[in-house]
This record gives sequence, structure tokens and C-alpha cells, in this order.
Amino acid sequence: MQKFTTLRSIAAPFARDHVDTDMIIPKQFLTTVSRKGLGAGLFYDLRYDDKGAWNSSLLLDKKVYKGAAILVVGDNFGCGSSREHAPWALLDAGYRCLIGAGFADIFYNNCFKNGMLPIVLPKQQVGQLMQAAEAVAYMTVDLPQQTVSVEGTQQVFSFDIDETRKRALLEGLDDIAMTLKEEDSIRAFEERDRTQRPWLWASP
Amino acid sequence: MAKTLFDKVWDSHVVTSLGDGVDLLYIDKHLVHEVTSPQAFSGLRENGRGVRRADATLAVCDHAVPTRRQGRAHIADEQARLQVAALAQNCRDFSITHFGIDDVRQGIVHVIGPEQGLTQPGMTIVCGDSHTSTHGAFGALAFGIGTSEVEHVLSTQTLRQKRPQSMRISVNGRLAEHVTAKDMILAIIGTIGTAGGTGYVIEYSGDAVHALSMSGRMSMCNMSIEAGARAGLIAVDDATIQWLKGRPLAPSKEHWQQAVHHWQSYVSDDDAHFHKEVTLQAERIEPQVTWGTSPQDVTHVGGFVPDPKQEEDPARRQSMEQALTYMGLLPKTKIVDIAIDHVFIGSCTNGRLEDLRAASTVIKGRKVKDGLKAMVVPGSGLVKQEAEREGLDQIFKEAGFEWREAGCSMCLAMNDDRLNPRERCASTSNRNFEGRQGRFGRTHLLSPQMAAAAAVTGHITDVRELL
Repeated sequence: MQKFTTLRSIAAPFARDHVDTDMIIPKQFLTTVSRKGLGAGLFYDLRYDDKGAWNSSLLLDKKVYKGAAILVVGDNFGCGSSREHAPWALLDAGYRCLIGAGFADIFYNNCFKNGMLPIVLPKQQVGQLMQAAEAVAYMTVDLPQQTVSVEGTQQVFSFDIDETRKRALLEGLDDIAMTLKEEDSIRAFEERDRTQRPWLWASP
Repeated sequence: MAKTLFDKVWDSHVVTSLGDGVDLLYIDKHLVHEVTSPQAFSGLRENGRGVRRADATLAVCDHAVPTRRQGRAHIADEQARLQVAALAQNCRDFSITHFGIDDVRQGIVHVIGPEQGLTQPGMTIVCGDSHTSTHGAFGALAFGIGTSEVEHVLSTQTLRQKRPQSMRISVNGRLAEHVTAKDMILAIIGTIGTAGGTGYVIEYSGDAVHALSMSGRMSMCNMSIEAGARAGLIAVDDATIQWLKGRPLAPSKEHWQQAVHHWQSYVSDDDAHFHKEVTLQAERIEPQVTWGTSPQDVTHVGGFVPDPKQEEDPARRQSMEQALTYMGLLPKTKIVDIAIDHVFIGSCTNGRLEDLRAASTVIKGRKVKDGLKAMVVPGSGLVKQEAEREGLDQIFKEAGFEWREAGCSMCLAMNDDRLNPRERCASTSNRNFEGRQGRFGRTHLLSPQMAAAAAVTGHITDVRELL
């Protein structure tokens, strides 16, 4: 997994609340067997018309936001389907950090698995960052210090993050490799379980 | 210390604590489908890892499969065909049991788990699908995961999880006749909102919940995710245990008593603490219908499309306006005046036998309104088989419904069952998001009975007027 330490980038705004993962990446892109290339389907229904022609009125598609790696989002972003294609699509389109007042649980989890940082801040602070993004600004996300700052202003906001998640991002750790180190505990659990719930271990 | 049902399941599955509130949780059962698993299997291969417990894993193709019989032998959509084939190959390579497209046991992953008796009380169950919450109806902790976590479970049979908080939603009293579990959960989502359950596991309790059949309980737990909760669950009672008796994957005779005794402990202790409590009165719940593009945009059948002008919160007002524009609805329109083009009966929310029976009682002896398209997609091959044995297929077909093969179908429209732009659908599924049932398609969520009533009249109708 790619490490995440600090990130300086133009921040793109996407103010809509309750953006679901169907909207982030519609179903027709889900038949892929790869994690790559999903950026082409990002926000597809909002960007293309009935006939598949580009017709985006999204603010984030303005030229000034080209290359943005930070996306400031509305409340409850990523609700709905568990499809990890949603963070894959965002990542493929260059976004590595999302800032919002609240994310849906599964989506939030999925981001961390892909070296992406979803930052939760109080609504009022997200509102200020959204304004800054709409006015076009560089922001710096500092994961070790747990801060977001807006360049050229005094705005610096601190955010919370679980220690374990922070470490995994900073070191680019592979969850599975870490869990495999717990093999002894897993085996001990299974041995206990065989006696406590034998019906789950009976061969069919 | 007094424990909630959720605490009991969680605590009994902690392999070890990883610090910072994160536990390594043992996963009893892992359900796998074609759409969210290929990248996980590739990950295993790239890292030279295997599947730890193929015996605790069950795979089925459901999301992308066609539901027309003639389309199933050779799937026309090349990508979907490759994906379905990849699942079969991955299951062969890793020795995982797989219900293929021509297996009568094939169906929607959340219908077949309980149907086979795989879903049992006190279990942890995961699947790369947000509606895994369905299995919570059995007093199991069941939740959706992303593909990276699918790979993690395949490889380790565990997940690294932060413990969520617990919420209890009690529905007291008795539901009125023809008001269903679907109406109850839609009313709950309308009350707490689509992010109301974020960070929580919901336990549904109260007389009205325990009066539900297992099928109704599944409909409720299914839509926990639409309330923002990863999981919803219901305490074990006699109905839970009766359901399991004799199912193919239920414990054998030799272990049955021991299992039942174990299962019966999966209820919340009387004085258990919940971080949040919500109470609803069943008698006040009317048949529900959504009008917007989020499941929280819901009202009762006697109601009206709301007027955004009367909304004080500017953000909410804007999202209501957006929703009404998308839905092609004017403020203050009577819900029963909404004309529809399409009816879809099926999905992991309402694609079980009981749902089809309920819809058929409304349809029997009636006809689908001229010009309206209507389809029934049974939740599994076995549901279809049993429905046909009861003659339900004849009732639907004679009325003008299409009678299809099992799959997720128009709930998410990954196959060729989808709405045309601006077509309006009365649907028993779970999501009315923009484009969910087809690009620019418009979805109204409701119960199977209400969907059936709409099919007959051509507009949203209070089913009680037809019965």
C-alpha cells in the first residue's frame, strides 16, 4: 500500500450531501476484475449526458482544479453500496484525501485500505474549507501532525484519527501481513471454538 | 456486566485485541459473489496466499446474472460473463463451494444464506455487499465489507474492526393489517435519517418486531444500511429456531440440542446499556412510499410530496429540490396521484416466498394496468421452485407480470433489467438513489403488497383499498 504522510494540493469542492457510491461509480463499471482504470467512471452520471457525451457542470471539473488530490465533500459521503470501486475510482482520478463532516462506515474503512485518508472535521470547519476550495486554494494535509491548513490564510484545523490507522497509512502497512502475525491467536481461537461450537466444525 | 445481544456476539469472537479500540474478530461465515471478489482473489494470488477456511465460505453469482432463462446459458454482456466465469474458476482453484448459475440453489446471496441454514444465531457473517445486514435477523452480527476486507477474510478468517456503538430501536404495539416489515423499516429510516445509524449496530426490538416472521425480520435488518448502520440484529426467539430446523446447513441431529441451547443466549440482558434508544409505536405506521432519491425521503401513502419551500435548513432544501427535479415531481402532489411505468418485485429486501405470496394475494384475479411493465424476480431458484409449486407464477403471469429467474436484477440494474431514462418504478428493493435502477430512472420504494397494488392501478395506491 502506498504510504501517506503529507500532501499539498489544490483542493476541489464537491458540496453535495449524501453522495452514494452508486453516484461515485455507477454499476456499469462494476463488471471489471481489476482495481485499475475506474477513474473513467467517476461521477459518470453527473458528468455525461444520455448519449455519453461530456456535459459536466461539476465545480471540480473546472480547469483550476486539474491535478487536485484533495476533495472537500458534503455530509455522509459514500453511503449505500459497499463497493470498493468507489475509493478505487477516486484514487484512480488522483484523489488521496477527502475532507468531510461524516463518512458512511464501509466507505470510510475502504479508503484506508487503499492508502487514502478520509478526514472528519466539524461541520462548521468543513464549511470553511469548502468555501476556501470553491475560491480555489492550496491545502496541506499533515498526517503526522494531524492538521489541515489552507495556504495563504491562518486556517489550520486539527483532526482525529485512530492510532492504528494512522500508523498503517504512515508506514504503508499491509493489513493482511500484520494479521498473519497473529496466527497463534487465531489458531488458539479455532481450537477453543471446536469444542464450544462443534457443529460449526463437523464435516458436512 | 449486563450485555447487549451485539456485545455477546462481538465479545465471543474477539481473537485478540490490537489496541486503540481495534479487535481482531473471528469470522464464522463468509459469503462471496462475483462483483466484489475478483480483485480479492487476484490479491491472494499476487501474494502467494491461500484461503484459510474454504469450508466456512460460500459463493454464488447473483449481481450481474441475467434473469431471462434464455440469457443464462451464455451471458451476452462480455464483462459480466467473464466476471461470472472468474468466480467459478476462483472457487475451483481455492476449493470453495459455489452455487453456479444453473444450480437450483443459486440466488441472491442474502436469500440463500438463511435458506440453506448457513445463517445461524450468534455468528459473525460478512460479505462484500452492504445488505449483509440481512442476516442479523437471526441474532447474528452480519455486515458488509469492501474487497480488501474480502481478501483479508479469505486469507485470515478474521477482520480488524473497531467496535461500533449500539442503538436500540423498539417498535412497540401491533402493526395494522397490510402494514409490513418494509413499512416499519422505511418509517424508521424516515425518523432517524440515512446517516442516523452511522457508527452504530442497531438492535430492533419490541412486540411488533418479534411478531414478524423471519422473512419480515430479514426485510428490516436488510435496510439497516439505508439507516447508516453497518449491521442490524434481532434477538433469538422460537421463530428463529423453528426456521433453522431441517435446513441443509443447520446443525445435525447430534448437535442440534447443544446448538439450540447456545443460540438461546443471544438476547440482550434486561439491564443492558445502549448508547442510543429510539422508540416507535407500530399502530402509527402506515404503508410507506419514498418520493425522493434517498431512502429517508419517505412518507405514508396518504401523504404528499413535500414542498422544499417549507424546509428551513438551506442544505436540506437544496437536496429536496434536486431530488424533486430528478424525480420529475411537483411539490404537494398527492402520493397516490403518482403514475408509474414499471413494477419490480424482488431483491434481497423483498424477494422471498412470503413476499411473493403477499403480492400475489393482491394480484389474484386482477390485471396489470395497460402499458405498464411488471416483473417478479424470485430471490433464489428454490424460492422460484416453491412459488411455482404453489401456483404463484400462474397468478402473476395471468395478470401480465413477467416471471423471471433468480438474481439481484433491477434492484441495482447491473444486468439488462433496468429502467429507461425517466421511467418511474414502484419497487420492492432498497435504494432509490439517482440512476440506481437504470440511468435517469425514478424509483419509489414500497412493500410487495403496495407494489402489487400499483401494478394493478397504474399509480401509487393504498393497497388496503383493494383488499
